[in-house]
Amino acid sequence: MTAQNDRKVWMSLLAKSPVTDLKRLWEGFEGAQPGAQSHVWLRAPEIGGVMVRGRTGATGAPFNLGEMTVTRCSLKLPGGEVGHGYVQGRDKDHATRAALVDAHMQTAQSEAIRRDVLDPLEETMRETTETRARKAAATKVDFFTLVRGED
Amino acid sequence: MHGHTQDTAYLEGGFQDAPVDAARAFRSAMSAMARPGQIERLDTAAPPSPLSSAAGTLLLTLADPETGVCLAGAHDTAAMRAWLAFHTGAPIVAAGQAHFAVGTWDALMPLSQFSVGTSEYPDRSATLIVEMEDLRGEGVHLRGPGIKTTAALNLPDAEAMRANNAQFPLGLDFFLTCGARVAALPRSTQVSTLAEAG
Repeated sequence: MTAQNDRKVWMSLLAKSPVTDLKRLWEGFEGAQPGAQSHVWLRAPEIGGVMVRGRTGATGAPFNLGEMTVTRCSLKLPGGEVGHGYVQGRDKDHATRAALVDAHMQTAQSEAIRRDVLDPLEETMRETTETRARKAAATKVDFFTLVRGED
Repeated sequence: MHGHTQDTAYLEGGFQDAPVDAARAFRSAMSAMARPGQIERLDTAAPPSPLSSAAGTLLLTLADPETGVCLAGAHDTAAMRAWLAFHTGAPIVAAGQAHFAVGTWDALMPLSQFSVGTSEYPDRSATLIVEMEDLRGEGVHLRGPGIKTTAALNLPDAEAMRANNAQFPLGLDFFLTCGARVAALPRSTQVSTLAEAG
């Protein structure tokens, strides 16, 4: 089951990845591995909407948070590995790159892909999240002057 | 999510250019339904055996997550279910809830298990895709809307089709498929055997 969990992790990472970062990293990888781009379509990129559902805590009832636009595609490498790409937004090339990364993660090149694409991508996205969290934390107000009623 | 080494044959055989392929296939299916007895060509899809190319193309064009599909007899295979799920998202349902049913004539029997619609909503009926060994424009004579003089088809069971027509405006609609060819028999078509026609 760990193989499946691994795949879940990188699919999740790719789904949330910013277009520009994945493009830069994929082009870096492809430059070193000519021909990595070649594939046949199983499902050409298509744009659609999905309902995002949420749940408060572990006990709340599921509710519909709202719709978001998603682009998906499925492709097959010359070696037979199948990759699926599901990404936010309407960028078909972005979905293609995500599917290519997924497919190449199942080949002998998985180490190279992880080193050149997935790890830097994760790092960049974590930095973005942390920066945003830090900026938000800086605006936090501590109500330490409030009278607590001890005296 | 599937394992890495799983057989992925079911992912293939869909439309290569879905909007264009589906529009062309829809036009052929509509022409076939509008002109009962006329044989059209439908060969865009390459579905898993035993589904014919014409029946596969019809399902890719017409089925979606809101239309239940019933796979009858030998057509109910794991490969078929997986192929249909990946390419159309259509749920597999029992005959009574089916919007579309596919199988050989014998596997689809009895016809009474399929919905013929209601007086208020005659459109809530099933469309049957009948896989045929052979499809020829001869045999049983057809008359009715869409047929200028007369048309003919080698129907699997003329008597059942006549009974179906008698229920009009309720009833089932049929696509008859054989390899890459398809003909249609809507519920409005009147069926008469050769003896009567002569």
